[in-house]
Amino acid sequence: MGVIRRTGMFILQVNPILCDGFGHCAELAPELVHLDEWGYPIISQEPVPMADIGAYQSARYAERGCPRQALHVTKMSAPAPVSNVPLTRARPVSRERRTL
Amino acid sequence: MIQAHTLPRLFAGATNKPLSLTEHERMFEPSGDVSNLLEELDASGLVGRGGAGFPTTRKVDLLRHQRGHKYVVVNGMEGEPAAHKDNRLLSTNPHLVLDGAEMLAQMIGASRIAICVARDNPTVVNHVERAIHERARRNLRGPGIDLHTPPWRYVAGEESALVHWLDDNESLPQYRPGRPHILRIGRGPTLVDNAETCANVGLIGRYGAQWFRSLGTSEHPGTAVVSVTGAVARPNVLEVNLGTPLTNILATAGADTSPQAVLLGGYGGAWLRGDQINTPYCNESLSEFKLSVGAGIIAVLPRQACGVAEAHRVVRWMAHESARQCGPCAFGLPALADDLLTVVRGGRDGVAAIARLQDRCGVIEGRGACRHPDGVVRFVRSSIEVFAHDIDDHLRGGPCAGARSNQRFLTVPALEHEEELIWE
Repeated sequence: MGVIRRTGMFILQVNPILCDGFGHCAELAPELVHLDEWGYPIISQEPVPMADIGAYQSARYAERGCPRQALHVTKMSAPAPVSNVPLTRARPVSRERRTL
Repeated sequence: MIQAHTLPRLFAGATNKPLSLTEHERMFEPSGDVSNLLEELDASGLVGRGGAGFPTTRKVDLLRHQRGHKYVVVNGMEGEPAAHKDNRLLSTNPHLVLDGAEMLAQMIGASRIAICVARDNPTVVNHVERAIHERARRNLRGPGIDLHTPPWRYVAGEESALVHWLDDNESLPQYRPGRPHILRIGRGPTLVDNAETCANVGLIGRYGAQWFRSLGTSEHPGTAVVSVTGAVARPNVLEVNLGTPLTNILATAGADTSPQAVLLGGYGGAWLRGDQINTPYCNESLSEFKLSVGAGIIAVLPRQACGVAEAHRVVRWMAHESARQCGPCAFGLPALADDLLTVVRGGRDGVAAIARLQDRCGVIEGRGACRHPDGVVRFVRSSIEVFAHDIDDHLRGGPCAGARSNQRFLTVPALEHEEELIWE
C-alpha cells in the first residue's frame, strides 16, 4: 500500500530547432543537462532508470520550465527504438459480418 | 534491351541532348506490367544513391503499409557543389528516372509524383519539364507528375527539408526524433528517393534483379554514377561498375596519378590517403577506412596543395550553408572554421586550436536536427587525421607553400551575404 513501483527507463530529449539556449534546463536538471560553450544543452542520450526519482522529477521540471517548450521526457518500457511509425490497424469488419 | 554486363547502363544512348520519349522507348524497351516488382526490387539489393546508402526495399516496405494519399518525391537537388550526377542524369535520360518514379509509385500505391530540381539549374529544369510534357501528350496512364523547383541550398536536398519545402515552402530540415520516421506532405506519407536510385529502379523493373546484379559486387550490386573533380584533366561524370579500383576511375578521368588525398562522398565525407587509392570503389571495401561511396563524389587533391587550407575553405562554406536552426550547428560550425583558419596560420595559437577543434567536434556531433553538422565533423576529423603531417609543418612554422599560393582545387561557391540566402 502506498508503494509506487517505478519500472522502465526515461530519456530527456531536446528539439534542437526550437531550443534557443535560454539555459533554464541546466538550472532545473543539473544532473541530466549541462551546457556547451554557446549555452545550448548537452543531454546524455543514455536512458535513465525511472527508479531514480530525483532525476525523473528534475527532468519533468526542466520539461515544464523550458521557455521554448523544446524539451520532452520520453518513457520507454523496453530498450526499443522510439519511432513515430504507427502500427498497422486491424482490418475493419466486413459488411456481411456487421449485418449478422 | 541493354546487355547485362555492359556499361553504360543509366547513360545508355546518351548524346548531348536528352532522349525523347520515342528514343527512350527504342533504347530501353517500353516498361511492361511487372507484377512481381517488389520481389525483384528486394532481390536486387539496391541501396539509395543519395548518400546514406539505405536499402530501397526497406523504405518501400515501410511506406507500403501506410494509409492515406501517398507521394513519391524524386530528389534531383544536387546539394553538393562538386556533384553533377543528378543533373547529368536528368539531362540525358529523364524518362528513365520518371519510369523508376512511376514504378515506385505503383509499389507503394502513391497517387502523385513530385520531381524536385533546384531552380538554379534552368537547363535541367527545362529538360525535365519537356519530358513531363511529352509523357502528358502521350497520355500515359499513371500518377500525375509535378515539377518543383526549390532554391539551391546545401541542406535543401536533405529529405526532410525537401518535404518541408513541398509542404510549407521552406527549405529547412525538420526535427525527427526516433528512426524510422515517416515524412509527410500534409497528412500524406511520402517516399523520397534520389534521382539515380529512381533510374536504377526503372532498370530493375524492366530487366529484373538477376540482370541488375550482373555488375557490381555481391554486397553492393549495380553501377554508381560518380563526379570526378579536383586535380583532374577531364572533370567528368562517369558511370562505373561498383568494386572497380579507384585508380582505374582516376585514370579514366585523367587525374593526378599520385595524389596527396582523395575526398570521397562529398563535403560531408572523408579523405582517403593517396597511398590507399587501390581500394575497390564500393561500400564494403571503403568501410575499412570508415568511408563510404556517399553521393558519388571523388575530389582529387594533388601533392602541391595544402590540405588544411582546402579543408578550411570547405568548412567555412559548409558553416555558411547551415540553416541556422540549431544552436550547435549555427555557432559550432563557424567556430570550427575559425579554428581551422588558426591552424592554417600556424604558430603557437595553432597548437591550442587543434586541441579545441577535437573538443568541439565531440560537442557538436549528433546535436543537430539533420545530419549536416555530423557531416562537417566527420570531414574535420578526417582532415586532421589525413593531413597530420601538413598540420605539424604549419604549427612549427608559418603556412606552407600550398597555402601561400593562390591555387585551389576543390570547388567551393562564393559565400553570399547571410541576408541574401534564399530559403523559400
